This record gives sequence, structure tokens and C-alpha cells, in this order.
Amino acid sequence: MKWRLPFSPWHLLLMPLALIFVLPLVQMVLTSFMSAQEINQFPPKFIPTSLHLEGYRALLSESHIVRWFANTVLVSAVAVVSHLILCSLAGYAFARLKFAGRGLAFVVIVATVMVPMQLLMIPTYLMFARIGIVDTLAAAFVPWLASAFGIFLMRQFFLGLPVELEEAARLDGAGTLRTFVSVVLPLARPALATLAIFTLLSSWNDLLWPLVAISDDTKFTLQVGLASFQGTRRTEWSQLMAGNVIATLPLIVAFLVAQRRFIATMTFTGLKG
Amino acid sequence: MAVTFAATPRTQQESAPRPPRRRGRAARRTLIGWGFAAPATLVVVGLSIFPAVWAFFISRTKWNGIAPATALGWRNYERIVQDPDAAAAAKHTLVLTLLFVPGSILLGILIAVALNQKIRLLGFYRTCIFVPYVASAAATGILASFVFNPQFGAANEVLRRIGLPTQGFLENPNQALVVICLIALWGEVGFCAVIYLAALQDIPAELVEAATVDGASRWRVFLHITLPELRPVTVFTTIWQTITAMQLFDLIYTTTRGGPMNSTQTVVYYIYELAFQTQRLGYGAALAYLLFAVTLLLTLIVMWYSRRNGSESF
Repeated sequence: MKWRLPFSPWHLLLMPLALIFVLPLVQMVLTSFMSAQEINQFPPKFIPTSLHLEGYRALLSESHIVRWFANTVLVSAVAVVSHLILCSLAGYAFARLKFAGRGLAFVVIVATVMVPMQLLMIPTYLMFARIGIVDTLAAAFVPWLASAFGIFLMRQFFLGLPVELEEAARLDGAGTLRTFVSVVLPLARPALATLAIFTLLSSWNDLLWPLVAISDDTKFTLQVGLASFQGTRRTEWSQLMAGNVIATLPLIVAFLVAQRRFIATMTFTGLKG
Repeated sequence: MAVTFAATPRTQQESAPRPPRRRGRAARRTLIGWGFAAPATLVVVGLSIFPAVWAFFISRTKWNGIAPATALGWRNYERIVQDPDAAAAAKHTLVLTLLFVPGSILLGILIAVALNQKIRLLGFYRTCIFVPYVASAAATGILASFVFNPQFGAANEVLRRIGLPTQGFLENPNQALVVICLIALWGEVGFCAVIYLAALQDIPAELVEAATVDGASRWRVFLHITLPELRPVTVFTTIWQTITAMQLFDLIYTTTRGGPMNSTQTVVYYIYELAFQTQRLGYGAALAYLLFAVTLLLTLIVMWYSRRNGSESF
């Protein structure tokens, strides 16, 4: 006799996995609404008895979290806008325009991907110290103005576009910049969306570099702020989790809203990067 | 930035003053080309090649960043070989990489195959499994130190409920590195799964159908058709995840800060401490160069090996 499950056996794998992946995040949100006593209870509780806002209140009054949030938004916004402009311009040049030094420049750019951040951070720190932008927000966003990955991604996309449209525009007398802005860019929307999401994720979540470059706590980004909290409030879990929620929620919401785009971005990083 | 101003005019000078008409057109093209390419190129090259060269000079000195540097030649590199802390850090990085890379690839393939089935709740599963990827490593680390807290963390509570002995996790020098690896997998596996999922959906359906018609079992189809088709992607994920594991910093910083008893001090963490905690810039730069050399070597080996086996992915 053959006994059959009333559902696909794949659920036996996927259900526990899905819970392992999502429950810690659920606990993060729930814990942020607990009081200190509730958290320190034994055995531990998962769901708060009522909505305690102490964690958030303490965070808002005793730390610069609003400032950090604004700083992070600013750094990420500059990173995304600058990436969209500079990387699409350069990607287009490397895909379509013919100019002296193009091949060499592109090879050098691709090669930079191999150089690890740990090698660069010492001289970059010294360099920024000389120009006097250490400990300012500029130090946090300057490394995010453009990236080899962004240039590469846009170049690959432009290489895949048919040339005919651009040629038609050129025949109509449009210059290179006009053609680029009014003909090419509108077609590049999917690639630009991918680039924007990728840049947003990596600049928003960056810890190592701002940690090195910024020590003034009014100029922290959220990630540096979170890490510094952790050092000073080791046991204030409701505050720590509240900070986590504030730092993570914007990206999670964006992910839930634009899931398809996000997944396309991850695939693109994977297959073509 | 100094670099920007120094480099922009030079490229223009090289190409601008050329009187004959045809040359003039080529010069104009070069000017336009560089006008498009120069800003991004300068940022990328100015913030990587230039500091990388500088780091090399720093690595051959003894320097605290303030007092004048003393030239040491290759002595920093020689010292690394004898440094027990560097050896321990290298061992920890190796263990982490050897656990993380195969773990994320196997789990990634497993999840991708499961998500490629036509079953219910697929959207729910997909969302749950991918959402940790957008959370920052810093937030993940803080969350993990709560979940794995020995006294009131959820992990020990689960062990207690099912009647197993509780553990020290991140506070136990024998477990901390493995726990960090598990946390890293939690945060990064979604990335591998997405890539494998896309690759699975790219496998021509006729291939699988033909094999099934010929009487192959599902397991054999997977082994002899699906897995070989995934090989180019695996080359990429191996390189990518190896670099991720070798450069893992944020998670260690927000969980153990290298402890307990230095059991999670990896090479990148050690470099950070050398350069920004103890101000030994020259020695830190030398170690960073060594790490770069190893990363480069590993990447080249994986690419060479995959090319020899006929599965190019680059």
C-alpha cells in the first residue's frame, strides 16, 4: 500500500526554512515593542503583552537616530543619483563611442573589482584626511559616486540595445548628448532600476567604510550608529531592536513593494557581474 | 579632489590641438568620449588604483600615521610569516570560507530547486527566504546576538523545549566561528538561491522532457542534466561567495568583535585592528596586500579550473 502526503513533500523542506529565515525578523519587530522587564523574563517570551514604546522613546530622546536616518538617506540618495548619471554616461561611452584609450580604461576599471576594500581603506582614509573631508558626510558618499560594477552593468545593457534608433537620431541631426538623453536613456529604464536598487542596498547597508571615516556621532550613518549603540547599550535590547527596525524597515518595505525588481537585480548581479 | 583636477585637463590636452580636418574629427570624438567616460572613470580609478599603489609603499614602512615613516623594505612581509596572530587569523578565515562557500552553494541549489516546483505558497516562501538579504550585516549581527544570547535568546529556548543541553554560542570560543558562519548563511543564502533559480529556469524544458521520456528518474535527471547545466553559475557563485567569506567584517564587528579569546578574529578583522585600533599602518597594509594576493590567486585558480573543464562563465 502506498501512503501519500496530502501535500507536496517540498513543503516539509520549505516551510521550516521559510520560518527560520523570517522568524528572527519578526522577533526583532516584536522585541522592539517590549519593555525591559518582559525581555528579561524567564522563560523568554515571544509576543509582547502590550505595545511598549519605551525602546523607541529612549532611542529618539537619547541618541541622534533621526540625524543618522537623515544622514543615511542623504548618502544613499547622492550615491544612487550619482551612480545613475555617471555610470550610465560611462557605460554608454564604453559601449558605443569610439575614442582613444577606451579599451585600456575599461580593462583598468574591470580590474579594480579585484582590489579588496581592506587594502584601500588605509590610503583612502589618509587621502580624505589630506583633503579635509574625514569626519564629514562627504567621506561617506564620495566612494559611492560611481562603481566599476555600475559602469560594467550599464555597458552590458547598452551593448544589447539595437543601434538603429541611435543612428536614426544622429541622422536627424541630434548630437551625442541629445541622442543619449532623449533616445537611449528612456530605453534603459530596467537597467537603471537595477542599478538604483543595487546602489541603494550597498550604500544604505555599508558599515566598514563609514566606521573608519567618521567618528563624530552627529555624522554617523544608521549602520555605524547601530554598531555604536551596541557598544554602549549591550543589554538594552528593546532599544537595540528598535534601532534595527528603523534601519532595516525602509529596505524591507521597498523589497516587499518591488520584489520582482529586487530579485531581477540580484540575478543580474549574479549572472552578468 | 586633487586627483580629479590633475587628470582631467591632461586627457584633453593630448587630443585637442590637431589642425587637419580628419584629425580634428577624431580629436572631437575622443573629447566627447572622455567627456562621457571621465567622471566615473576618475572616481573608480582614483579611489582604487591610486590608493592601491600608495598602500604598497605604506606596506614597506613602519608608520603610525603621524610620526615620519621608517622604511623597512620587505620586513613587514617577513614578520607576517612569524606572527602567531596572523596565522590564527588566517586559520579562522580559512575555516569560515570552507564552511560558508560549500554551505551557501548547496543550500542555494536546494532552495532554488524547491522554489522551482509548482506548489502552493510559493510566493510566501520566496518572500520569507529572500527578505534577510536586504537587512544589513550590522542589523543582522545585532539581531543574532539577541537570538543566540545564552540566557534569554530564542536559540537556547528552542534547545530547552526539545530537551537538548543549552549552548554558549557566540560566547563559547569553540562555537563562535561556526555560529557566525550560520548567521552569514542566513543573510546571504537568498542571493545564491536567486541566482540558481534563474539558472534553473533557463534550462531548456526539452532537455528534461527528453530524458524523462527515455525513462530517467527525477533524481537521475537532476544529477545528469540539471547539475551540469548549473556548472557555469557555480563557478561564479564559488568566486563571489569566497570573496564574501574572506572579506566578512560587519557581522563579526557587530557580534563578537573578534572574541571570545580571539576565536573569531579573521584576517580582515585583524587588518582593521592593526590599522585603526593600534595604528600599525605599515604592517596592516602588508597583511592587506597578502590577502589581496591570495584572493586574486584563488579567483584565477577557480577560473582556470573551470575553463579547463569547459564551463566558462566570464
